[in-house]
Amino acid sequence: MEVGLKMTMKGGGGDHVGGCDKEKMGFEETELRLGLPGGGGDGEVVRKRGFSETVDLKLNLSSKQDTSGIDPNDEKVKGLHQEKNLLLSAIDPAKPPAKAQVVGWPPVRSFRKNMLATTTQKSSSEESGEKAALVKVSMDGAPYLRKVDLRMYTSYHQLSDALAKMFSSFTIGNCGSQGIKDFMNESKLMDLLNGSDYVPTYEDKDGDWMLVGDVPWEMFVESCKRLRIMKGTEAIGLGHTKSCGEMQEEKLKEVGVVNRATCSFDLVGRLLHACTSSSSSSSCDEKLLQSQQMDAWMDGAVWLCYYY
Amino acid sequence: MNYFPDEVVEHVFDFITSHKDRNSVSLVCKSWYKIERYSRQRVFIGNCYSITPQRLIARFPGLKSLTLKGKPHFADFNLVPHDWGGFVDPWIKALAKSRIGLEELRLKRMVVSDDSLELLSKSFPNFKSLVLVSCEGFTTDGVAAIAANCRFLRELDLQENEVEDHRGHWLSCFPESCTSLVSLNFACLKGEINLASLERLVARSPNLKSLRLNRVVPLDTLQKLLMRAPQLVDLGIGSYVDDPSSEVFSKLKAVIQLCNSIRSLSGFLEVAPCCMSAIYPICENLTFLNLSYAPGLQGNDLTKLVQHCRKLQRLWILDCIGDKGLGVVASTCKELQELRVFPSDPFDAGNAAVTEEGLVLISAGCPKLNSLLYFCHQMTNAALITVAKNCTNFIRFRLCILDPVKADPVTNQPLDEGFGAIVRSNKSLKRLSLSGLLTDQVFLYIGMYAKRLEMLSIAFAGDSNKGMLYVLNGCKKLRKLEIRDCPFGDVALLEDMGKYETMRSLWMSSCEVTLGACKTLAKKMPSLNVEIINESEQLEFSLDDRLLVDKMYLYRTLVGHRKDKPEYVLLL
Repeated sequence: MEVGLKMTMKGGGGDHVGGCDKEKMGFEETELRLGLPGGGGDGEVVRKRGFSETVDLKLNLSSKQDTSGIDPNDEKVKGLHQEKNLLLSAIDPAKPPAKAQVVGWPPVRSFRKNMLATTTQKSSSEESGEKAALVKVSMDGAPYLRKVDLRMYTSYHQLSDALAKMFSSFTIGNCGSQGIKDFMNESKLMDLLNGSDYVPTYEDKDGDWMLVGDVPWEMFVESCKRLRIMKGTEAIGLGHTKSCGEMQEEKLKEVGVVNRATCSFDLVGRLLHACTSSSSSSSCDEKLLQSQQMDAWMDGAVWLCYYY
Repeated sequence: MNYFPDEVVEHVFDFITSHKDRNSVSLVCKSWYKIERYSRQRVFIGNCYSITPQRLIARFPGLKSLTLKGKPHFADFNLVPHDWGGFVDPWIKALAKSRIGLEELRLKRMVVSDDSLELLSKSFPNFKSLVLVSCEGFTTDGVAAIAANCRFLRELDLQENEVEDHRGHWLSCFPESCTSLVSLNFACLKGEINLASLERLVARSPNLKSLRLNRVVPLDTLQKLLMRAPQLVDLGIGSYVDDPSSEVFSKLKAVIQLCNSIRSLSGFLEVAPCCMSAIYPICENLTFLNLSYAPGLQGNDLTKLVQHCRKLQRLWILDCIGDKGLGVVASTCKELQELRVFPSDPFDAGNAAVTEEGLVLISAGCPKLNSLLYFCHQMTNAALITVAKNCTNFIRFRLCILDPVKADPVTNQPLDEGFGAIVRSNKSLKRLSLSGLLTDQVFLYIGMYAKRLEMLSIAFAGDSNKGMLYVLNGCKKLRKLEIRDCPFGDVALLEDMGKYETMRSLWMSSCEVTLGACKTLAKKMPSLNVEIINESEQLEFSLDDRLLVDKMYLYRTLVGHRKDKPEYVLLL
């Protein structure tokens, strides 16, 4: 969809006022579709059947499109179809689209769908005590993530062993599996934090990023949603020193701070990027953030800095 | 009949209750038209935009019961945008201003506001019955107004509505003097209610026959309610969770034994399977069992329950019952007339819950089957042909294969022959829904054989305009046709424009109909409203007639364009 949008805007610019006069152009400019920009001189029509296109893709029924008003020999049309198919296949390479993409199919009343969803949600949350606690584990610099079932382990020590084995091939510098194990040991934590080694952190139920090892194991398993093995230098903001956090806070106050409830990570990232490049803040139109929320929020912002 | 005085004719008409017959009677001559309209008490309006409330009131001054339907059927599946229409407000306002003594209002797929409900509750002193099905736009405050102000309320039936729940107090709004309740259904409400109020209400309603609770009513309240109302005929259980060894549960078991009038059972919105055994005593007499909202019951729980239901006539169930479970149904429920099998997980094809096998078993074991709604993962022509041999009484046959355009997995053929067999052998078929891989051939069969067909739903089927033409030409009794994602275009749409005046409505979405064709149709047929639903960001509709229309809904009407259309609807 995004690709399509870009293409239509390229053709038309921002002027839709004369829509009536150059109506064909106007229509094509504003129409959301997958196809070539502008230039629809003869006004051939491209169907915007996004959802059924996905079905078509799966079932190769695209021959159906060559009827009703579209001259299949028209080069433009052929080009459009090819373009469309290319774009579609770019979106969804080799596998068939998920059935959920077809709007209104299967024909089950939304009331019924919602009722069943609520009921199933409730019963599965009651049962979650017995089910596996699978969480994603990412490590900075690693090309892909892993997943672990926290219920397979009964202590931090076991978890650290498992993580060490998993990521031993990716370690950079002088960390190694021993380094990760050491981080699980709190007494070594502060020394190692100041180095360039790795720190295991996790995101809890409230969305906050915490250092692994503070709470009892069972509590950790219940509240852990995902794990991230951070570079030590990045982890400084996590409840130990505020120096990094404070710096960011000041910068953001200059920009105009964001209402946490309404901002997305994407927006925050862009704001921080704006901070670091000292660009104008006139585009920021948000409310003030409460300072006590700022700390927790900054934990997340710390790792965003990493990406920006 | 012209020799008889009007009173005698009127008395004869009293015996004619079906809407169709009454409509026919009124067309015979002026005198019958006049007699019929003054004596008519029940009116059914299948499309609220086909007539205005003022004309309704003018023609039927004796109106007591009104049924109205609003949005097109595909609105159930999110194909119709929000605020499309179907507002009941103008109807209630007009009726309130008139001298109509409304007693009963039944609405389906309409937008109802709290203000409308309040006006309704205050305008008709004899108001007795409110039934809302798949409606939206109101909150429990509106329900409270009905409870508080309708002194002789007999029926309050809320089925599958989207109601904003302001929690609890609406039940307490039934005055202590209200003792007339016969039917109370609030299963679709999500919020808390005052349980003590509920108990008192049930205790003072000796005529209560139908009670359907929502999910917050716990088992111990259920037990108390059943103690007060052992005369119930229809019960909808909310929460059915307890420890089978508890005292409350033993009390429940005891009181259920006394409820030997229960013929219809539904709900189990929350359920502990181990408690189901308490229900077995009433299973013997059940004629209707609806477990389609009880995903907490697994296949074998369902099977164990069904084995006790020998007199069952209607069964609504989830597909986790499985083919084997359906086999148990087939061998137990010999009186079965209606079966609905819903998908427990519409998007997960991994768990192939029911297939063609289950349906074949049912058809073999239940000779009285006349109504089917079946969601399955696959279907074969052979199975459908077998079903057609076994069952020739179908009035409704709705098959939904979850994977659109899926072919017969055994032969890789389209399902034309299977559906063809169904329509050929079921001459009384009134409603048909198709799915799976289908070519124009199936429509040829439908046009040839489905002579009594009134409603047809088609999705992802056919090859060309011929398909739609076969149906329009062959199905003389067709009233509602709804089509999505089929390659039917202008030629089919415009071939026989007069046909649409004999139908209630036509829906076509994601087909190949152009704006120009719709305009032509609208111009030639002033008795039709042709609506184009355009959800893109355009403020002005392009004048390009070659634009393919995304959603078109047309319907016959006596009153021209509606005044309440939203911006995105173009009325041609």
